[in-house]
Amino acid sequence: MSTITADTPGTATVARAERREPAPIPFTRLLSVELRKSFDTRAGFWLMSSIGIAALLATGAVLLWAPDSELTYSTFAAAIGFPMAIILPMVAVLSVTSEWSQRSGLTSFTLVPNRSKVIAAKAGVTVGISVVSMLMAMAIGVIGTLAGSAILGISPVWDAGFVDLANIVLAQVLGMLVGFMLGVVIRNSSAAIVAYFVYSFALTAITEVLASTQDWFANLQPWVDFNYAQGSLFNGSLNAEQWANLGVTSVVWLVAPLTFGLWSLMRSEVK
Amino acid sequence: MITVDSLTKTYGGFTAVDDVTFTARPGRVTGFLGPNGAGKSTTMRVMVGLTPATSGSVTVCGRQFRDLPNPGLEVGVLLDASAQHAGRTGREILTVAQRTMGLPKSRVEEMIDLVSLTSSEADRRVRDYSLGMRQRLGIATALLGQPEVLILDEPANGLDPAGIRWMRDLLRGYANQGATVLLSSHLLHEIEVVADDLVVIGNGRIVAQGAKSELLATAGTLVRTPDVTALAQSLSASGVAFTKSAATGGDDVLRVDADTETVGRVALEARVLLLELRPAEGAGLEEMFLELTADNQRETITEGAAA
Repeated sequence: MSTITADTPGTATVARAERREPAPIPFTRLLSVELRKSFDTRAGFWLMSSIGIAALLATGAVLLWAPDSELTYSTFAAAIGFPMAIILPMVAVLSVTSEWSQRSGLTSFTLVPNRSKVIAAKAGVTVGISVVSMLMAMAIGVIGTLAGSAILGISPVWDAGFVDLANIVLAQVLGMLVGFMLGVVIRNSSAAIVAYFVYSFALTAITEVLASTQDWFANLQPWVDFNYAQGSLFNGSLNAEQWANLGVTSVVWLVAPLTFGLWSLMRSEVK
Repeated sequence: MITVDSLTKTYGGFTAVDDVTFTARPGRVTGFLGPNGAGKSTTMRVMVGLTPATSGSVTVCGRQFRDLPNPGLEVGVLLDASAQHAGRTGREILTVAQRTMGLPKSRVEEMIDLVSLTSSEADRRVRDYSLGMRQRLGIATALLGQPEVLILDEPANGLDPAGIRWMRDLLRGYANQGATVLLSSHLLHEIEVVADDLVVIGNGRIVAQGAKSELLATAGTLVRTPDVTALAQSLSASGVAFTKSAATGGDDVLRVDADTETVGRVALEARVLLLELRPAEGAGLEEMFLELTADNQRETITEGAAA
């Protein structure tokens, strides 16, 4: 430890005690700090809370309005998954962009000059949050299914297997990583959020129209449209070609831009 | 110890920092002085790795900043007090830094006390902070890890006079205990009071550096007379260099490159009435600053007119 106690300013110059070299910052500490940072603002807290709130509202909506024959587990899972597909990428976007838009990066990247470690910790927390959120969503879905069957007086219908659920988790993680990628590439909160909605809604609509009017595109679509390739994850298990579609499109839409974004982030100026 | 070696930073065709070399030594407060846009902040940002250098290098504690294992424990940095997440409370910002550095939780309270933020102020969100409170919070963050090097960019901005006095004592105390303190300012008087060494920068280039006492010693004598022309003639005749004083204002003042006795004798022999004769130290640094950066200033200084 140093001998400095700043609250007792001395008058004579004294030799400082030889300092031991500090230990490097462990990665687990960065993970816990990044996790804390995603909860410790009012906006962050409510964004995270909204994951749970939206899941409860979706469950309630299914119980109230879904036809009796559809009060099955897969209905609940789909209803809960929809708001998550919007909220989780926002969490991912903001975890990266707030360092620039709120300028807290000045402190973050001075305390940890190795930016790749900070970004890796953010990525780890992002994936962790999406997996935990989905597990929570599934648990709420179970409660909804049990409540639904109790109200109807029938036995609960478990029509989603492990593979289906794992695919849905994968789809949510991919969606969240797209948000993360846009955050890394754009590094501005509002622009990255707009970009995410353009990508996931406007682009989807355009490719849909294109595919229905242009034959050449309809054949090509599974190989170029990441949204489309991800869509199969919501429809049960994938065949080999569908996995290949997913792999190819994720390289083009996720891995390549993310690599570019990281490359430029490492070299950029933090202002 | 901070060593800046031939540091250059260009943005396209614009050179923000041009071949800057200086050393900030332990146990001393080094004042980094320059007009707005002179390159002070860019230099400091390169020091801590936020801006890549175009050429040249900076070492802090003997290494490049990015190679420090836990920089917060070795270097306290305050670059911009407003660069904080507006939605976090002051206490939360300190807690995040405390956890990143791996310090005991009690350091947060100690720092809040040290910078005289009240407990309720610490629980307010930073968006509701005044600039002075942000500055105090930034200083608290910088001091959290008890670092042996402090890099502070305009830390006095927004502080009230009592706050400026408090910070000056704090930095003095730190340096007296062997820490290296580098602080920038465009306010001459602020730096003049606290610094041991000075680095003066203008348009990205260092225009003067050295111990404050040496730099001030070269500042000569200020002399005020109702008969400037006569005095100027006698000074020229005696081979003593002089200029019209830009910093003190008024067109009846000369700054002479000689001690008070020499100037007094010249005036006596020439029978020129003097109204004032004193070492230029009082006007000291300002005189030097304006002079050294005159070519680099945004405002053109009219010789002899009020600056």
